[in-house]
Amino acid sequence: MTAVIDKPVSEPRWWQAPPRPSWEEKPSKAGLTGKGLALTLACLGVLFPLWIVLVTSLSSRKTIDEAGGLVMVPNGITFIAYKELLSGGQVTRATIISLLVTLIGTLFSMAVSVMCAYGLSRSGSLGHRWILMTLLATMFFSAGLIPTYLLVQTLGLTDSYLALILPSAVSVFNILVLRGFFMGISQELVDSARIDGAGDFRILWQIVMPLSRAVIAVITLFYAVGYWSAWFNASLYLNDQDMMPLQNVMIQLVQKQEAPVGLGQAIKTGELSGLAVQMAVMVMALLPVAVLSPFVQKHFKKGMLTGAVKG
Amino acid sequence: MSHSTVPRSSAEAKTKTQREETPVASDGATGPAGKHPSGKLSLKVRFRRDRLLLVMTLPAVLLILLFNYLPILGNVVAFQEYDPYISDNGIVSILNSPFVGLENFQRIFEDSAFWNAVENTLVLFFLQIVLFFPIPILLALLINSVVRPRVRAVAQAVLYLPHFFSWVLVIAVFQQLFGGAGLLSQLLRENGYDGLNIMTNPDTFPLLITAQSVWKDAGWGIIVFLAALASVSPDLYEAAAMDGASRWRRMWHVTLPALRPVIALLLVLRVGDALTVGFEQILLQRDAVGPGAGEVLDTFVWWNGVRNQDFSYAAAAGLIKGVVSLGLVLVANKVAHLMGEQGVYKK
Repeated sequence: MTAVIDKPVSEPRWWQAPPRPSWEEKPSKAGLTGKGLALTLACLGVLFPLWIVLVTSLSSRKTIDEAGGLVMVPNGITFIAYKELLSGGQVTRATIISLLVTLIGTLFSMAVSVMCAYGLSRSGSLGHRWILMTLLATMFFSAGLIPTYLLVQTLGLTDSYLALILPSAVSVFNILVLRGFFMGISQELVDSARIDGAGDFRILWQIVMPLSRAVIAVITLFYAVGYWSAWFNASLYLNDQDMMPLQNVMIQLVQKQEAPVGLGQAIKTGELSGLAVQMAVMVMALLPVAVLSPFVQKHFKKGMLTGAVKG
Repeated sequence: MSHSTVPRSSAEAKTKTQREETPVASDGATGPAGKHPSGKLSLKVRFRRDRLLLVMTLPAVLLILLFNYLPILGNVVAFQEYDPYISDNGIVSILNSPFVGLENFQRIFEDSAFWNAVENTLVLFFLQIVLFFPIPILLALLINSVVRPRVRAVAQAVLYLPHFFSWVLVIAVFQQLFGGAGLLSQLLRENGYDGLNIMTNPDTFPLLITAQSVWKDAGWGIIVFLAALASVSPDLYEAAAMDGASRWRRMWHVTLPALRPVIALLLVLRVGDALTVGFEQILLQRDAVGPGAGEVLDTFVWWNGVRNQDFSYAAAAGLIKGVVSLGLVLVANKVAHLMGEQGVYKK
């Protein structure tokens, strides 16, 4: 009870490198420098553009004019662009639409996929091979853009948010990843629950899902990112500009350099730069993803690889 | 729950016999009456036992049948002179549109715009294989050689990030950096040079597309390779080192062979998907560079069908792409099997 277990003396602190195996030669100074340099450059290649976008979105018109456009070094921070965008108007509406489509779509996709994956994960069950084949075959062909377009039109989904959710609701790849994980859950556990009288829905909800938090987190992220990033189906099936999600509004603002509807007072009075508005929309589009994905990161490998190709 | 007392697997069966007190259903589901003469359970019993599992798969299966299989029939418009104005209902329009045989395909093969799209597609595919493909491998080797776990985790988080950005955002970022009013032009002008708009230059368009793909997805691509590297036994490295192999020779003789199956599989997948070179990405930029450089097969279908409402022509082009792609997937898999790799599906 009272014995104090000392940490091993050689335990490296987080900034120290763990000891290398004795057979490994000492790394050369040049090698270490080269490695560090390459890694830093790769990371800067990702972060530097994002930094510029963020800083410019937080800059006043004066700072942007002084910099001659994009701002690399912040000089006073202002949230005026965000205030303008989120005070009602086109971008506010589009953001809410995107959030709702993402939320509802992800819940729907997850419910359908998790059920299907569980339904296919019990070995020896009736028809699971046939169903699996039906799903797998879709990875080899695509019906094509035009027939799909005609189908959605025929189903009357045009100008409905269902057109943004239903056609892409199920990803066979995601189902296979979930299934692979579910199959790895101990059969004895499932059996004992069954003997205690639990039905399949209960087993899925109370045993399989709590044991699969990692893979469920990853697949939820995949679906949510898919819905959040989608713009093509909206451009194809929605005609009403007021129904457009955030990505489609971003196309108009940044690529086509149009001024956002329902905004402009601050731009006219000269406080706000149009460039800051563009950047702020971009930050709003990347923020949810950038905040959420690192939390799920440690599970990526598991989610990507757990028996996606198990027979 | 009578259906659940019939074992699905040997493991379940074993558990059940161990637990004699398990209530046995009285409806005959577990009795000898339910057994098929061959000793297997009859279909009826198996259905009763597994019906909940089947119900669970139903929503996904229905969605797949509706949105992946049913539209295949719609390819019939490729052999028609489809008139979308007959009815809002596509089926009615299809039934009332005249058949024209292979006329649409004939028109396509004589269309220089189509061959231009084919050429652009192939150029982009080869650029992606040559310039994109090796980068995740190199990055994975780099990350794998980092021994500090925190540095590794942070670097991975940063490199994975752009994969989760939408194409709209990625292109917007590139526009702010390399567009006519972008950072590069800004810096050039400040130093007395002319501005440069890379985003609208048709000559460099394939390189731009590849650069965007690298920025977005090269980091994500390292995951598979990292997993393969993590599965290499450290003993192999130690044994090689004992035999006097230097760092580089260990990489050549231990690390690279470990990556070979993954590389082969990914190459096979990529070749099978050769005609798909980034539809959303290119469609978003097609108008900026013009169709001469910016048209690929997918955007050709989109332009003719969605923009010009020539559905039959577009569907015919899409069908050509679909059939060739299916062939490519099958051939690529065959090659993988011949090379002794697993490919996408097993033999």
